[in-house]
Formats: sequence, structure tokens, C-alpha cells
Amino acid sequence: MSRRPYLRTVERNWWLSRRRYVVYMIREVTCLFIALYSALLTDGLVRLAEGQAAWDSYLTAISSPPGVLFQLVCLVFATIHSVTWFGVTPKAMPLMIKGEPVPPQTIIRAHYALWAAASLVVLIAAGV
Amino acid sequence: MSENITLEVLRYNPETDQEPYFQTYTVPYHDDWVVLDALNHVKDHIDATLTYRWSCHMAVCGSCGMMINGEPKLGCHAFLRDYKGGAVKIEPLDHFPIERDLVIVQDEFMEKLSSVKPYIISDHEKPVSEGEYLQTPGQLKLFKQYTQCINCLLCYAACPQTMLNESFVGPAALALAHRYNLDSRDCGKDQRAEVVASNEGIWECTFVGACSEVCPKNVDPAAAIQQTKISASVDWFKALLLPGGKK
Repeated sequence: MSRRPYLRTVERNWWLSRRRYVVYMIREVTCLFIALYSALLTDGLVRLAEGQAAWDSYLTAISSPPGVLFQLVCLVFATIHSVTWFGVTPKAMPLMIKGEPVPPQTIIRAHYALWAAASLVVLIAAGV
Repeated sequence: MSENITLEVLRYNPETDQEPYFQTYTVPYHDDWVVLDALNHVKDHIDATLTYRWSCHMAVCGSCGMMINGEPKLGCHAFLRDYKGGAVKIEPLDHFPIERDLVIVQDEFMEKLSSVKPYIISDHEKPVSEGEYLQTPGQLKLFKQYTQCINCLLCYAACPQTMLNESFVGPAALALAHRYNLDSRDCGKDQRAEVVASNEGIWECTFVGACSEVCPKNVDPAAAIQQTKISASVDWFKALLLPGGKK
């Protein structure tokens, strides 16, 4: 008998078929907002280099309602991105101390601690 | 009164069918039956043409992987009692061509598996008179979980990258490559790197993590692949920056 394997088709919305795929897609897509916010910060540096007038106009723009809304949206998605990535860090960065694996929760908590510390430094530097 | 449960099984006969279709079977329900027992009941008492792979019935041989209500599972590891209250939908493992009924085509996987050289490669053979290749418990601990892989292919059925990119070497083969790379008795890392560190190897993985979630033996292929990415990147930078760095 000759073989005639049947190939199943891939649906365009395959990623909606399982919860774990949706979570993965959210983790991946939210990185776009980190890129957008990075672009906003880079633009700020460029404006700063251009002089006082350009910098003032930049500050006005990011303080406007659309500017604040954009940053809030970025903050929400960056938080989702960071939290979902922190959750998988024990797989990507397993640590062995004295021949024993460090528990996954410890690695995740260490990331949150570093996040909090970095945020604190930024807030202090910003004079908040 | 005896209780029954309904199975909806995807059928495909390459000699007569243009495409697969679902066939319904009603089988007795027993608290201690697994899905494989129900399929064996169908095979023995209802429809001898139903085709599926199985062997050990104890989650060791890795033969009876199938989609059960949409999740990759071992038929011998999925109790009917966890599916009470509705029909149990049984399909061949996702992301593989269907050979017949629940039997998938494994040829490409076998090629991928052999391409990563999943065995110890020594740089010199020791004569028996020199004794064993010794290993400490600490050295064993580094890779022991990966030795539990039974090649059941549930991880391939869970991984969307194996569906989207046919050439992706895939979770189990890459985890086994990592297992041998971590083995203190092995010297084959460079030989495996040609496949493992290629575009079709670790770099095709986007860290969905589904492979590790579905593994019935608690192997963590997602972790193996991410660790191999770090190791391959370090090797690449060493080759680039260090004088006389290996190619």
C-alpha cells in the first residue's frame, strides 16, 4: 500500500486556539510599546541636544493629554511585558549555587526586587 | 447500572478517505480507566480497524501521544475520570501529518533527532582495563532531568513553531542535544552546534514554553533551548573577540 499522509491546514488565527498561545502573543506584542516608549525617550535626547526651545516643546508635547495617555498605555503594556518575562526567567537563567539549583520563585523575586530598586533610583534622580 | 462515556475519535484511512472525520464510540466508564483503555476496548470489542500506537501502558515507551480534548497527552496518562461530563475528543498529535487514524508520521522527527547526535561522543575511547567513566552526583544533576525524555512528541504537538516552520529541529531533539552537551563524559558539543546553533535549531524557538508545560516526564525543553541560546552566544562572542578563538 502506498502512503498518503494527510496534512492538516494551519489556520490564520491559530494563536487564539489555546490560552497559552494567547498569553504568549500578548507577551510578544507588548514589546512594541516598549520600543515606542524607547523611541519617545530617544526623541527627548535629540530635542535636548537641539536647544532650549526644542526641549520645551518636547516637554509640552509629553505633558499634553494625548502625550500622557500614550505614556500610560506604554506603562500598562510594558508592565504586562515585564511581568510575563519575569515569569519565564528561571527557565532562561537558571542559577546553581553550591551545586544546588536556586528555586524559580527566588529568581523571579530577585527580578522584582531589582525592578523596584531601579525604579527607586530613577524616582530619586528625578527628584520626585 | 453501568456507566458509559462517549469518545469522538478522528479517523482517516488513506486508502479510502479524502480527509479525516470524527467517529463516535460509546464505551464503558471505569474510574481507573485511562483513555488508552477506552481505545483498547473499542479495538477489541467495537471496531478492530481503529489504528493507534501504544506499547507499555505506563508512560515509559512514549508511543501513545494524542490530542485529548485539544491537549497533547499520553493516552495511558489521561484518566477518563478527568473527562467526565462530556464526550472525549481524541485526535492525532497536532503538527504532524496523519498516517492513519491516530497514527502520525514521525519520519522527519527521527531525522531531526539523529541530526543532533543524541549520544555520548568521546574524543578517545578508553580501554576497559582503565575502568569506568566516572561522574560525580553534581555532574549528573546538571543534565539528569533531560534523560527522562521518552520522545513522545507531545512537545512538538504543543509548540506553534513546529507548526509554522517545518524545518525547526524542535524541543525534544534540542533538549537531548543539551543533555549530552552538559554531560561531563561528552566531547561532542562542537559537532552538535552545526545543527543546534543553526537558524533551524535554537534560534527558531521563540520561547512559547508550551513544550515544557505538556511534558509528561517533567522535562523542561524550553529551559534547555534558552540555556543553549546563551551558551551559543557566548561561544560566538568568544570566537569573534578572542585571538585564536575557535570557529
